[in-house]
This record gives sequence, structure tokens and C-alpha cells, in this order.
Amino acid sequence: MNINLEINNKLVTANKGETILEVCKRLGINIPTLCHIKETFPTGACRMCVVEHLNSGKLITSCSYPVEEGMKILTHSNRVAESRKVIVELLLSNHPDDCLYCVRNMNCELQSLSADLGVRERRVMGVKNLKNLDHTGASLVRDPAKCILCGRCVDACDRIMGVNAIDFINRGSNAEIAVAFNKGLNTSSCINCGRCIMVCPTGALYEKNHYAQIMEALDNPKKHVVVQYAPSISVTMAEEIGLPAGTDVYGLLNASLRKMGFNTVFDGAFTADLTIMEEGSELIQRLTEGGQLPMFTSCCPAWVKYMEEFAPELLSHLSSAKSPMQMMGAMIKTYWAEKKGLDPRDIYSVGIMPCIAKKFEAQRSEMTRHGLSDVDAVLTTRELVGLLKIYGIDIHSLEPESVDSLMGQRSTAGKIFGAAGGVMEAAVRSAHKLVTGEEMSNLRIEELRGFAPVKRTTVRIGDIDLNIAAVNGLAGVKEIIEEVRSGKSDLHFIEVMACPGGCINGGGQPLTVKEENIRKRMASLYSIDATETIRTSHNNPEIQKIYDEYLGEPLSEKSHHLLHTHYEKRDVLI
Amino acid sequence: METTQFLLLDLLKKPEEVSQKASLQSYLAALKREHVTEPVIFIGAGTCGLGAGAGKTLHAVKEFLAEKNLDARVIEVGCIGLCSSEPIMDIQLPGYNRISFEKVDAAKVPDILNSIFQLEVDKTHVMCQFPSMDNQSWDGVPSYREHPFFKPQSRLVLKNCGIVDPISIEEYIASGGYQSYLSLIRNKQPLEVCDMIEKSGLRGRGGGGFPTGKKWKFAFQTEADQKYLICNADEGDPGAFMDRAVIEGDPHRLLEGMAIAAYGIGATKAYVYIRAEYPLAIERLNIALEQAKKYGLLGENIFDSGVNFSIKVKKGAGAFVCGEETALIHSIEGERGMPRPRPPFPAVSGLFHKPTIINNVETLANLPEIIALGVEHFASMGTDNSKGTKVFALSGKIALTGLVEVPMGTTLREVLFTIGGGIANDKKFKAVQIGGPSGGCITEENLDIQIDYESLIKVGAMMGSGGLVVMDEDTCMVDVAKFFMDFIQRESCGKCIPCREGTRRMLEILHTITHKPTDETKYEPLERIKSVMQLEKLGKVIRETSLCGLGQTAPNPVLSTLKWFRHEYEEHIFDKKCSAGVCTELRTFKIDVEKCTGCMVCARKCPTEAIIGAKKVPHFIIEEKCISCGACADVCKFDAIDIF
Amino acid sequence: MDSSLDLIIENYKSSGKDALIPMLQEIQEAEGFLSEAAIVKTGQTLHIPTSKIFGVATFYNQFRFEPKGKYHVQICRGTACHVLGSATVLSEIEKHLKAKAGSTTRDGLFSIEVVACIGACGLAPVVCINGEFHAKVTAASLKEILESYKAKEEA
Repeated sequence: MNINLEINNKLVTANKGETILEVCKRLGINIPTLCHIKETFPTGACRMCVVEHLNSGKLITSCSYPVEEGMKILTHSNRVAESRKVIVELLLSNHPDDCLYCVRNMNCELQSLSADLGVRERRVMGVKNLKNLDHTGASLVRDPAKCILCGRCVDACDRIMGVNAIDFINRGSNAEIAVAFNKGLNTSSCINCGRCIMVCPTGALYEKNHYAQIMEALDNPKKHVVVQYAPSISVTMAEEIGLPAGTDVYGLLNASLRKMGFNTVFDGAFTADLTIMEEGSELIQRLTEGGQLPMFTSCCPAWVKYMEEFAPELLSHLSSAKSPMQMMGAMIKTYWAEKKGLDPRDIYSVGIMPCIAKKFEAQRSEMTRHGLSDVDAVLTTRELVGLLKIYGIDIHSLEPESVDSLMGQRSTAGKIFGAAGGVMEAAVRSAHKLVTGEEMSNLRIEELRGFAPVKRTTVRIGDIDLNIAAVNGLAGVKEIIEEVRSGKSDLHFIEVMACPGGCINGGGQPLTVKEENIRKRMASLYSIDATETIRTSHNNPEIQKIYDEYLGEPLSEKSHHLLHTHYEKRDVLI
Repeated sequence: METTQFLLLDLLKKPEEVSQKASLQSYLAALKREHVTEPVIFIGAGTCGLGAGAGKTLHAVKEFLAEKNLDARVIEVGCIGLCSSEPIMDIQLPGYNRISFEKVDAAKVPDILNSIFQLEVDKTHVMCQFPSMDNQSWDGVPSYREHPFFKPQSRLVLKNCGIVDPISIEEYIASGGYQSYLSLIRNKQPLEVCDMIEKSGLRGRGGGGFPTGKKWKFAFQTEADQKYLICNADEGDPGAFMDRAVIEGDPHRLLEGMAIAAYGIGATKAYVYIRAEYPLAIERLNIALEQAKKYGLLGENIFDSGVNFSIKVKKGAGAFVCGEETALIHSIEGERGMPRPRPPFPAVSGLFHKPTIINNVETLANLPEIIALGVEHFASMGTDNSKGTKVFALSGKIALTGLVEVPMGTTLREVLFTIGGGIANDKKFKAVQIGGPSGGCITEENLDIQIDYESLIKVGAMMGSGGLVVMDEDTCMVDVAKFFMDFIQRESCGKCIPCREGTRRMLEILHTITHKPTDETKYEPLERIKSVMQLEKLGKVIRETSLCGLGQTAPNPVLSTLKWFRHEYEEHIFDKKCSAGVCTELRTFKIDVEKCTGCMVCARKCPTEAIIGAKKVPHFIIEEKCISCGACADVCKFDAIDIF
Repeated sequence: MDSSLDLIIENYKSSGKDALIPMLQEIQEAEGFLSEAAIVKTGQTLHIPTSKIFGVATFYNQFRFEPKGKYHVQICRGTACHVLGSATVLSEIEKHLKAKAGSTTRDGLFSIEVVACIGACGLAPVVCINGEFHAKVTAASLKEILESYKAKEEA
């Protein structure tokens, strides 16, 4: 603390290099922002964070201006307040006035800003830009009319994902954010990760909603509606239902799903375990019998699409195992249908996912058999919370219930799939057993945990030194792809999760969640892992049973038929 | 003098024969064309000259020479700055002063040349002569120094424009070029150079007027493995064209200025960011660059000084906002030219995140003369806070259009009425717009202020790059404000909200008040009444909160015209009238029933079907439908349509 | 046409990202406009995402995405030209050629471009057709000029 300045007539101290905004935040002075992104150099686009610089008499942006000795700042003078208000009014003058119908109603930064700044009448009026919805994406819808050009989505798509499906085009009042050649999202390299939705302050980006189909299925007595939920879901919906972040609502979740009318509830972590069995065996096969190495995990559908677009020549490095959701889907309409004596056509299979790319994955032609999709509809965590409201369910009044059997039991290895690095940790646990015949002495692999974008380590399995890596946030995968391309990689196995932190921070998770809450979710998953007894996929009794009764062994012909697939190069604008 | 000689010899790489003092003098005199051995014909072939037909004139000259089988050199020079007299042709006969003719279109060439070769002067086109020592002068032809347009001027930056051959480095060197640079790199440390420029009082000529030496020091003091100099030749202000003229007419002056600046800040690499709309300037700049390289004035270890310096030309792609420093940097880096917040300032972190100094063409072109004349001499010109000269581009409704370079402190009245010859066609002066879309207008009552950075700001305008667009009684100031707002609105990068959305709303308001109301039932009457208030409110917020200079100055033309010509706004708003007759959409059309024959021509021509009436019955215009396009009045053969 | 594009691509193979605008300028110079294919190839050459190139190209006035007319009419809309009536000149050109600024006539003969300022303010209003300047134009004189080009074509 070596810089002295005055903020709102009070002497304060700050560190050199801190911005005014950072200092104010520390002091509990709330300055509104719209385009601010913590990690990057401020773009200074929205001008919402202007403060009065008494020394120069000018208004300056607090997000970009570093503190200076002797600076005198007013953060909420009349001049500042009126300027902020007019800026919001200017935005609103070119914004559809349809909050009541907007997907982000009550959850919109622009809306709350205009409420906070006391915007009460339409003082600025004029022609609004007419823009069309872009419905062409598989998982998400873009509504450019609601876009305020803050640029956060462009930043996320570029800096976090390295995908660059969208950018600013045109200039001035014609500027908008668009796909190359202003075409539909389906022509772009968009991997449906939904990072853009997570950062969007307004309703300009949202997922394709599947309520109607699901509600129709639930209402149809002939349909047997089966639901599965991803490992992360039970720890990521807590804030949305008024519980402390990271609370595991597993039992309540099951109960509420049944209450809504889902006939059968399965835990997706079961097929996460199944994935480990298949993927782990595939790795060992590649290691021992020769095959493309390193091998990449394939459970993240955004990552799989990324690979198909940006590194199609390396697709043979991608595990052929389907994602847990698709394995579950396949098993529901085959194994389980047989067991229950149900016609697969009468089964409606729903996935509740932290992810919007899962909506795309469920539609892939590879994921159908006999014209039937393995998974018929996908709901995000956000949509699940919405559905609870539609059905008027007070989750707190319910008694916890457990999942249905046959495909309900899970190990904690399957559960930690929800955290970045979790798949790898689970895979190593089982690989060790498969290779050496013995359990690992310490199941916890610290180096794979946490939020670092690229985590590398080596584990000793028998006489193999297994070099592994876990990547979250696709921007980090570029260096590894380059290593593999140039043949310089000594890695054997790489987990890739598109979203930073993994599925607990997926593109389908609740919006405007604080970073510390994401950490709590991760901690919650690892505490489940630390406290339960079945901690490896191969020790999951239902997994053992499914192989005994149906699949035979990992990589068997039946497994291949149901649980594995292949991927192909995609021609898009990259 | 001795060192100068050595430098020259060094530069010109001339053999022994000219090392004698006498022969050197005559060699230089020949290069400077103090003496010519054959007739030389100079054609002003800058963009404006070519626009006025200099290309055809040039062709006619060549044809004439071929036909008469005459030996003469034909040289294309840049623009001398008197655009309204283009095409300009100068002739220098051996033993005679160079003589200048104006408005020489191709057809006039044979007459003028015929007579001059017989030592007779064509009186209708002669403009002036350039006296030089022992040459014979032309009787009855005023000297260039006495010409009313040139007399009050002090030309430092434009010294050579229109006079020397722009693509001859030898000519530039012979007239003292590159000596300033070489003496600096041999005798001064970079910091001393920064000091000198700071002492000279030179301030940025691109608009802001930041002290140049002070700016250099920021970059000089920042440690870095690479520093850059950028010459901003993205002359975007509509109404300013001095940078183009300098590059077309005297490119080496710019290069020398750049070399001096680069040495001062410690930059070894430089860019010239130049508008692609200036193809001739780019061509001449590239030629000059090659010549400078050939002479060792650019490259590695320049004249054994250990100094390295190279220059690259980057063509702009058409974006006014790229005149802003950080936007310009983004553009060179291959990005969208959108500004970013400062600090960090480019002098600390600029191009490729390295310390970068961006100076405009005129600023840089001043440097060789500042050094040559001496810092004190430069500092003695001008006012207390604004030193040296300023080049202004005169255009609009003024008798003489062109480029004017006067000492700071000259009054606007002198520039407009003495040099510019007053308003064209005996009309009444209304205002002059200075500083382009970022500036403001100055009215009659302030014409006597002495031009400098501060005095202009005091009257609500700014120096800008020095465009002076003159307006007379036929100019509508609301329309002028609308023009600038439309320009800024189209050139806004769209990044920050106040500029993107605000300028558009301001333009809409101006549109509303310059058009007849179309639907009185809705908000329009209210909008009209509120408009001035709203313009002022939005203007204030845009000015205070926009990200870059473009936005911060965008409301200036509106606010300034509002200040001086509020009555014109009120006339548009309340009387729905435009006295200047510019806002044609405000006109009301009525059919004179006495004169109308019912021929139906106007009704058929009307694009909005606003005219009703049957054949041979006088027609009627439905006012609500009429868009005031005037098509009816244009086609009426009976003068039956009255315009109000 | 392809070969000149290939040549440009070859020249820029080892260039950095700052070569983007010069490369697009060269392509436009060679082909008259920026086609989708050319933009995609530019991206592959300089390793820049297509979305970004399109973003850059649409930012600057200079770049066109449809072929230029045989005669490219640039009309200056600078201040001096405006004060002396360039707005009327522009609307007359548009009417006369039946094409809007920024587009090309159906027969591909003329394209109209509005430029910010050509820098020939002393000769306002100025129009530049295929690099040839026409000074102090009026709606009537410009019609004649355009007709002379048309006549040249028909001859």
C-alpha cells in the first residue's frame, strides 16, 4: 500500500498498479460495469464505470485507470450519476422493450442497472436497429437486437475457448457481433460450449429450449420418461433453490424429478463409471497393443466438435468411447428396455446436463439407432430450475429419495467427472487396477485437481510411467495439439474439458454465479469423494453387474456397438 | 560552411571535380536551378492540379515541344497551394526568372508557350515570377513575394511545395536538405534533440497540440528493446489536405523529419500510416524512400553514426477513427481500428506493446527547418504558447482556395480576406468551420482573434488539423451541423456506447428538425420542441464520457452552431423554415389555381401520390403526403407551383 | 484470376498478423473485391480466424464484398464538397445510374462509392472515376461525364 489518494473525500491507500475500480471494490464502493472482464485488459467500451477525476475535471473509466498519488476521485457525484443514467438510456433507446418476454427477465445486468440508476421513463428515443434472431445453431440462439456490444462473448470465445466463432463486424451504429460473413451460427466453428451465454449481460444469447417436448412427453401416459442427470448437477443448483453454494441436493433432486413425472431416474455418474471402464481399457489397449497415443478423452461434446474442426487429422487420437450421457442413452433404450420389457419407441429419454453442447451431441447422427435418438432431449441446469417452477414444486418440502436401480449406483470416481481433472483421476484409479491387478494406495491425485488451465503430471502404474494431462478451457489445448501434431508429445492420456473448471462451471449452469461459488462446487464433489466408500469405477457393483449380465467385458463387441463411436472432419468456417 | 560542404559531397557522392569550392557552388546552383541551360517547364501535378486538368496540360506541353522540335525539360512538381489557380505551369528559360502561369488548361498551352519562347508574356494567365540572383526578370510581372496570396505567408513546411521536383533527392539536398538530420546524429545526443524540440515550442499539428518534445521524452525515457515512430498521414478531417500536399510536393522533408524524430526518441523502425485515398502521395513517398535508401540516409549505420533507421509505408483502409493514436496502432497491427483506453499511453506501450511516438505529417515536416533555422528562430515566431507556423487548408465559399502557411498569431481575418481574397461571388460571410468534425465554427465577431491553440478553444473551436471551410449566407448552419454529425456517426467505430448510440440520436434529432413533420399525431411535435434541450444534454454526456477523441469532440459542431446560430435552429424548429434554402425538405409546395391547367404531369411525377386532381381541373397538393422533393415544381411548365 | 490470388498468398506465407490489411488490400486490388473464398484463404495463410478477418474487413470503408463496376465512381463527401453541393450530386448520380452508393449497377458498368475526403477540397465538389479526377462537378456536368463513359462502352 504505497499510493495515497482520495476517494469520495476520504483518504485511502492503494497498491501501485491497482485500478480505481479494484480499489473501490475493496472498499465496498459499488461502481457499475457492463463490459468489464477481470482477467483482461479493459476494453473501456461501456463507459458505465466512469468516475469524476477532480484533478483534471474529467470523467475517467475506473476499470482502466490506475491509481495515482494525490488523485481525487468522486464515484457517485451527480455528474457521474447523470452520465451513467444517460448511457443506460442510450442503450435502452436501441434495445427491444420486451423485458417481460425476455429469457433474462429478472436476471439481466442491463435491467438491474437501469433499475439501480433510476431509469423511469423513455427520455431518449429513436429508430431501433432491426435484427433477426439466429436460430441456426444446434444449441444456442443469438438475438443481436438485445446485444449491447460489450464484447464479453467475443472475448470468451477467443481467449477462453480459442474458437473465434464470432467477432465484431461493421462499424458505428451498424456494428454487431456476428459469425464470419454474417451467416448463421451453423456455418461457424461454434462448439456450443455456451461460454458466451455465461458472460452475456443481457438476453442476447441463450440456449435452445426443450421444455415443450419434455412437457409433452411427461404428459403422455404412453411414454415412459427416463431421466438421467450429469454428475455435477446435484452440486450446482443449490444457489438457485436458496441453499448455500455447493450443497449436494442429490436426494431432493431425485424426489423433485419424480414429482415432475419422470418415471425413472438414473444417475449419470453411473455411466461415467462405465466410461472409465471403456475408456480406461481403450487406453491400456493402445498402450500395450499399439495405437495412436496420446489418447484424448471424448466425454466433452464441445471439445469433440473442436477436434473435428480444428484438428481433424488427429481424430484417431480421440477415444472412441461415447460420453457418459450417450452411454446412458444407449443403455436405456437397449439393456434397460429389454430388462423392463419396454419398446424403445415408448421410452422418452431426457438428460439434465450442465452443458448446452449436450443438446447438440444428442442430435448427432452417430447417436441414433434405428432412427431413434439415444437421448431425446436435454435440459440444462438452468432449465431444470425453470421446470421446477413451471410444475410448482417446492423442493424444500420434499423428502430425499434415491435413484432407480440397475443404472443408479455410482462410485465417487464417476461423481468427480464434474470437476476438471476428475475424469483423469477416475481413469487412473481404474487403469492402475486393470494393469497391475492392485488398487492404488492413494486414490487422490492432487496434481489433477484445481482450476489451472493445463495440469500435467506423471503417475506410475506398474512398470509404466503414465504421462497425463488435464486441460480445462480450450485455449489451453492448443499447445498440446501442437505438440501432438509435431510428434513431440510424450503424453499418454489427456483429459479435455471445454469449460474452465469443468462441468461444474458448464455453459448450462446457473448464470451470474460468483467465482468463489464455483470453487465451492468443486470442493463439494471432492468431499463426496473423500467421504464415501466406493471410490473407483471398477468397484461399482452395478457396473460389475452390467458387464456380467450384458456387455461381457470392456471393449467387447457389444460394448463397441453400444458404447463406442467415431468422429469425422467437419467443414466449417474456422 | 565547411561541414555543410562535406555533408553535401558525402551525400551527393560527387567526384573530385566539384570539390573545388567554385565548381561546387555552380553545381549546387544548377541543382537548385538558379541557372538552367535549357528551358524547363514545371507542371503542378499534385492531386488538386491533376483534378483541375494538369494531366491534359502536361500532355499538351509535350505535344507542343515535340511539334516544334524544342528541347526542354518537363518536370512534374507538387502543389504550390493555390488550388483555385490550377492547373499551374511555370517556365524557366536560360538566363530568365522562373515565371508562373495560372489556369492553364490544355488549350491554352500553345499560346502561352509560343509567346514565352519569343520572350513575350501572356498577360491573361501570368501569375508571378520567382526572382533569383542574376537572372533577368520579366517586366510587369509581380514577384512571387508580392503576390497577394503568397505575400503574407511564411512558408517553412510548404517551402518547397510546387517549386522543387519532388522525386529528386538531389534537389532537396542541394537546397539544404538532410543537413539538419546529419548534423544532429553527428553532434547531438538523442536527449539533446528532445530538449531542442521542447525548447522550440513545437506542438503537435494533428489537433491536440501536445508539446512535441515533451511527448518524445516519455518514449525516450521508457526502457525497451524496440521503439517505434509512426507518422500519422491518415489525414481524415474532411477539409484538410496539407499532409497530402507536403508528401506529394516535398516527400523528403517528411522523411528527414521522421529521421530526426526517430533519432530523438531512439526508434529504429518507423511507419507512415497513410490514407489509401492518396495514391499519388504514396507513389512519391515510395520513390523518396528508395532514393533515401540509395543515399544511405536510411538503413543500417547511417553515415557511420551507428544509427539505424528504416521506414515502412502502411496504407490505411478508410476509417476516420484511425487518426486516433490507439486506433491507428490497432490498424497497423492488423486489427479493427478501435481505440483503447489510455493510460497506458502509446509513448509507454504502443505498437506491438512497445514505446511508440505518433506525430502527424506537418509536425514532422517542421523539424528540418526548426533545426536549420535554429530553435530560437522558430521559438521567436508565433504567440506565447504556440510557436512557428501553421498550415491551413482554405476551402468552401472563398475566392481563393488552397494551402496557406502563416505564423501562429495571424488573425483569421487576414487568412480569409487578405490571403483568401474574401468570399466568392460577393456573398456575405457567415462563418468558418475550423478543425473539421471535431472543431467548431467561428463567426464574424471573432475573426480578429490571433490564431493559436488556446485562443481557438476559447471561442469554442479548435485548431484540429487546420481545415478552414468557409460558409456564406447561402449555407445553413443546421445543415452543416447535420453534415458533421452524419459524418461522425458513420465514422464512429461503435465501441463505446455514448458515441455509438448518442451520435446517432443526435443525428436523428437534426434530421427531424430539417424535415417537415410527417406525423403530427405522434411524438414529433414534442420531439421538435425538446430537440435543442436534448441535443445539449446528449452532447454533454457524449463529450464527457466517450472513449476517444472522436467521440469526445463529436458534439462540437452541433454545440458550436447552437451557440452562435441558435436562431437558425429555432427557425427550423418553430417556423419549419430554412432561410438559406438548403434544407429543401422543409419547403411547402402549393399549387396556384390560377396558373394550373390541370395537365396532370405533376401528379404523375409525384413519388408519394400527394397530388390530386382531374384532367383540366386545377390540382391540389395534400400536405401530409408531400415529402417536399420538388419534383412537381421541376416538371410544371406553367410555373403554377409556389414554394414557401 | 486465381493465379494472382495464389501469388499473393505465396508472398504472405511467412507474414505476421500485422500483414492482414495489406494482404486484403492486395487481394482487392487484384480481384476488385473480397470474395468469401479469398477471405477464407487469407485466414489460412496468416492463421487468423475467418470471423476476425471479416470483422476487420467490414470495419474499413475501403473493402468491398461485391465486384466493382467497370467504372468505379468515387464521390467525395468532405466538408468543402458538401458545402458546395455534393449531396445533390450524389443523389443525382444514384438516380441517373439507378444504383445506390456502395453498390454496382446491374450491367456491371458503374459502381458508386462515397469517400470521406479525397483531399482535393480546393476543387470541390470532386468526383473520381477510375482514378481520374473531375473537379467542380455539378449534377448536370456529371451526367454528361457519365454519359461519355456509357458512349465509350457502346462504341
